[in-house]
Amino acid sequence: MNSSLILSIITFVYGLAGFLYIFAWIFKKPAAAKIASWVAIVGLMGNTAGIILRWVESYRMGIGHAPFSNLYESLVFFAWTIALIYLVVERKAGNRTIGAFTMPIAFLAMAYASLKTGISSDIQPLIPALKSNWLIAHVITCFIGYAAFATSFGIGAMYLMRQGREAEAVTWLDIAKPLTLFIFVLLFSRVLLAGNWAMAIIIALPLCVLFYIGVLLVRRMPADVKNRLLGVFPEAAILDELGYQVTLFGFLFLSIGIISGAVWANSAWGRYWGWDPKETWSLITWFIYATLLHARLMRGWRGRRIAYLSLVGFAAVLFTYFGVNLLPGLHSYGAFSQ
Amino acid sequence: MNTKQSSDNASAIDQIWKSFASVKLTIGLLLTLAATSIVGTLIPQNEAPGAYLQSFGETLYRVFSLLGLFDMYHSWWFRALILLLVVNIIVCSIDRLQATWKIIFARNPRFNIARYRQLKNKTEFNQDGAAAHLKELYLPVISRRFRFHRTEDNDNGFAIYAEKGRLTRLGVYVVHLSVVILLIGGLIGSIFGFEGYVNLGPGDSAHTIQLRPDNQILPLGFEVRCDDFIVEFYDSGAPKEFRSSLSILKQGKVVAQKDIIVNDPLHFEGISFFQASYGQLSPTEMILNFTSQATGMIYSQTAAIGQPVVIPEDLGTFTLKKFTRQANFKGHNIGEAFVGELTPPNGQPIEVTLPLKFPSFDKMRKGQIIVAIADFVPRYYTGLQVSRDPGVWVVYTGFILMIIGIYITFFMSHQQLCVEVTTEGPKSQVMVAGTSNKNKMGMQKRVAQLAHRLENLPPP
Ligand code: HEM
Repeated sequence: MNSSLILSIITFVYGLAGFLYIFAWIFKKPAAAKIASWVAIVGLMGNTAGIILRWVESYRMGIGHAPFSNLYESLVFFAWTIALIYLVVERKAGNRTIGAFTMPIAFLAMAYASLKTGISSDIQPLIPALKSNWLIAHVITCFIGYAAFATSFGIGAMYLMRQGREAEAVTWLDIAKPLTLFIFVLLFSRVLLAGNWAMAIIIALPLCVLFYIGVLLVRRMPADVKNRLLGVFPEAAILDELGYQVTLFGFLFLSIGIISGAVWANSAWGRYWGWDPKETWSLITWFIYATLLHARLMRGWRGRRIAYLSLVGFAAVLFTYFGVNLLPGLHSYGAFSQ
Repeated sequence: MNTKQSSDNASAIDQIWKSFASVKLTIGLLLTLAATSIVGTLIPQNEAPGAYLQSFGETLYRVFSLLGLFDMYHSWWFRALILLLVVNIIVCSIDRLQATWKIIFARNPRFNIARYRQLKNKTEFNQDGAAAHLKELYLPVISRRFRFHRTEDNDNGFAIYAEKGRLTRLGVYVVHLSVVILLIGGLIGSIFGFEGYVNLGPGDSAHTIQLRPDNQILPLGFEVRCDDFIVEFYDSGAPKEFRSSLSILKQGKVVAQKDIIVNDPLHFEGISFFQASYGQLSPTEMILNFTSQATGMIYSQTAAIGQPVVIPEDLGTFTLKKFTRQANFKGHNIGEAFVGELTPPNGQPIEVTLPLKFPSFDKMRKGQIIVAIADFVPRYYTGLQVSRDPGVWVVYTGFILMIIGIYITFFMSHQQLCVEVTTEGPKSQVMVAGTSNKNKMGMQKRVAQLAHRLENLPPP
């Protein structure tokens, strides 16, 4: 039994948990949701075991290092953190429908790590720049932050579904929404799936159309079905508060993540900040969430606007994580210029 | 007249002050900074003008150049945005601190019992025992949980006020201060610091370095020498370790010495030397293979630059001339190569190129003899990043303050509690109520728990 095998199995375990949460939500089967929680816990334990085993394996190979050094390992840790944060939120909120919106993200992260060609699951030796304890601190804190933002993204999406169209009309958003959605989906299909822009459009268009068909279906749904689906969500005010608490947690860790990255950069290259695209994008993300905090605290923004901001914030997180590789003239971290 | 003018002035200043204290401005600035920062990640920064001209064309190049987009994060307008943010933070913090100062630093915090009675989430219960007895019972429980407490007796009972975490209200100011300190540290670095590099082969030394980005020469005030440089690779070809043994010399005397690797620099008199890159130097010695076309024999010979080698079978002599990083063959760059000169016994010397990447390259010449590189000991130079940043400790102070400040602001709160006991005969009515400035839900739970505990205390 090696770690890669365990982690591939965990992909399916998370998938099953996500599926059960969604099933329990749509068909109103609390028993299934309970099973889902247990499946998620098993998944989290297996994920933990996989990470530890991978660590041990790297030492057996004589190139021992903490398993936080490449895209594959970071995705695995990302999934682990999402599952952990979600399970804590589930306990605190006493509501299992949130799992239908967050566990699938953990599943997608693992599935992407295992299936996407070009992401190697081999344990690789560390290049010199990565041999630093600051790197471990940096990766762990950043990904705790990212996972918290993923969770608040899921909660924000629930909030928007629950509030629907009635409350707090924000008309300019109605025009900007489809366009923004298309741009985001296009970008991410280009970054994550497609090798060129034409292909990305071919993927993105149907996705957006599907999304709007979904929205339309939900709007046309008979009132009783709608009530049944959305009635089991936590109350809007609780979703709002919960999302905010998770965002605070994410902001603390994003800050520590950026700071530890800066300290690492200073110990490796003699500069703590160089406006490298990755650094800059993490700062952009930080600015967006700082906006969210101030808007909520001082301008009294609540609900939909905050939910939208946390969607935009999470898009920035994803771009910091994956999208930066698309940008021109990038010297990625760890690359050792010759 | 005079007074009117001065009050006009005052109100104008007031207006400016207010607009700088506004959180609307903060939100606008933060979003603008986020949006504009994107631009600098789309346009590669600090490249050569030629590269920009080629990709953007003349007109766009002019416009972008005028807007400073090629070094965007140091452009006047980006700096102005940051300066605005700093002013915004400072003004806003002063403005709000004036209001909260009294709450935070009051010697004897004032308690208003009516306020607690109005709280929705209070707990009330009846308990046996008179006031004096209950006071003795409750005080230890409360004082264990709250740093500050005070008891006030009244006609038919007493009230205990307690609070803690008043100073956590300062957390947000610590965060804001940390942002300012960070930026001050950055400013100190950019005024008094520098960033440059120097490349040294083993045995080489330098008194000067070159600055980035414009390659100015900067004297160090001492000499840095590379005693040795080692590159190790993994089997996969990926680099494993770079190690430079450096010595610092003053007036020819070694005053400091250290082996540096990536992530472990040498510091000397405020200047730091980082292992940053490496590159190949011309090898001094190599083994050449000469293949005779006539007999098919292969002869191996050791050769050094500039020293002629006699080829067996009376095929002439060969002299290595030089090493080049970028050899040219019919207009193509064929990478690192040696250039040598082959002199047949009775003919003109011919120039022979021996690229490292293509060992059998010389076959193409179709000569009497094929020259190939069999082996050589690679020699590398070390690329050192040299920098001085006197602001770095200021920046690190800002980092620490920011983390502490954010933790305090998000996860700690100023909690206030009131326990009121009203006695009627042998029975007392007890009210427990509390608030906090943050995480009110959590505080409600804590108050409920405390009330439960007080209600079920065993009599002493
Ligand atoms: C990058 C810059 C900034 C950062 C990182 C930052 C960070 C924070 C944080 C973490 C909080 C606490 C939020 C909470 O309690 O949930 C906060 C609150 C606040 N910020 Fe900022 N802030 C920044 C800039 C500013 C600026 C420019 C202003 C100027 C108006 C400002 C005004 C405030 C105010 C008024 C509060 C609420 C304070 C209170 O609770 O009394 N912030 N900020």
